[in-house]
Amino acid sequence: MCLAIPMQLIERSEWDGTAELRGVQRQVSLMLCPEAQVGEYVLVHAGYAITTVDVEEARKTLELLDEIVREDIPE
Amino acid sequence: MKPSDAFSDRATVEALVSRAREQASRLDRPVTFMEVCGTHTHAIAAAGLRRLLPQKVRLISGPGCPVCVTPVDYLDRAEALAALPDVIVCTFGDLVRVPSSCGSLEQARARGCDVRIVYSPRDALAIAREHPSKRIVFLAVGFETTLPTVAAALAEAESEGIATFQILPGGKLIEPPLRALVTDGDVQIDGFLLPGHVSVIIGSNAYTFLAEEFRVPGAVVGFTPADILLGVSELVQQVLERAPRVANLYTRVVRPEGNRHAQELIARFFEPVDTRWRGLGEIPGSGLGVRATWAHRDASTIEVAVPEPREPGGCRCGEVLKGVIEPPQCPLFDRGCTPDAPLGACMVSSEGTCAAWYRHERFGAGAAA
Ligand code: SF4
Repeated sequence: MCLAIPMQLIERSEWDGTAELRGVQRQVSLMLCPEAQVGEYVLVHAGYAITTVDVEEARKTLELLDEIVREDIPE
Repeated sequence: MKPSDAFSDRATVEALVSRAREQASRLDRPVTFMEVCGTHTHAIAAAGLRRLLPQKVRLISGPGCPVCVTPVDYLDRAEALAALPDVIVCTFGDLVRVPSSCGSLEQARARGCDVRIVYSPRDALAIAREHPSKRIVFLAVGFETTLPTVAAALAEAESEGIATFQILPGGKLIEPPLRALVTDGDVQIDGFLLPGHVSVIIGSNAYTFLAEEFRVPGAVVGFTPADILLGVSELVQQVLERAPRVANLYTRVVRPEGNRHAQELIARFFEPVDTRWRGLGEIPGSGLGVRATWAHRDASTIEVAVPEPREPGGCRCGEVLKGVIEPPQCPLFDRGCTPDAPLGACMVSSEGTCAAWYRHERFGAGAAA
């Protein structure tokens, strides 16, 4: 039940926004995440954006995974 | 490759598995790690991770499915409220199929009670706007991920003056059961995979007590196979180094301090109360009740006749929820209890441990003796 899905915020008014994932749009409340900007990714749970997704941190995790894969396959 | 794919990519998963194997070979004893989030339980089963892990590493599931830990008397009360002629009960879908003392919310609905499944507390609020002559009772179960959304709906109801919107408080906090589990002698837990989306709200700092007070390792992880395997690797490493800490491996959404807006909203409407958990019994301060200021929003003050609580006979959800037994060890598993006809709560939601085992691990990994 704690499932949350990253979606891109494509428009917002004061407390409400529209978020999109693979062409599917959904109304989301920004009450818990007022700082979210249009264009950013937000994590959506039960109709509410609960945080913004930090793209830089996501990239770091991917790099770490990449490193582990390379270590595992010796040249 | 899209970034999201990289987290489930086969080469990545294989590399992580071989890393975990190499680390585990250095362990001088088998270790048991517990995931305490239903979404993790589901993800681990769906990806078949248990079979890939080194033998010395055992993963067990804890009480992290909010539907599963909701005690039977809560459901009985919800049913009694639904039977009132002026009430519309709104709930997340999974709850309607959980067996209560005399049936289920689904059966109540079949009898003509107005029970509606919603995706968000906001949807319940919308129903309140449409039916001003009815009382709307939203079944507010969930952990810290969900509770701020309930608080936000309450704030909206207050500011719009929608007097008919109420909730039946059933929210739970994650810290008290973690404490109960590490001090309970029934299972020895060598580390926790900590719940990613609860942590978005409470922050990774909220778990430092595990390492500091109990010397138990912890890792906050996301929900892809790679996220979970990274977490397992991290926990093995902490055991090897005898250096328990709380590692945040889900930094793309979890900040050390969590989401302050959400924390403030929870604190505005709720306060910690003692509450019962299916399987774990009563845990002091582990529930969230509605603050007295907002008593007009609290449907638990409505007087209804509630039957004597009755658990389904033979169901061993209690032991499953503590990680004491694995689902196939319940004599009813797959014999009388299936996702289509669940006898216990753990077989209902796809996040329930019994349901996850039934769907994904019934064959193969085999029933633990
Ligand atoms: S298999 Fe069914 S009866 Fe047995 S513990 Fe799980 S939910 Fe309860």
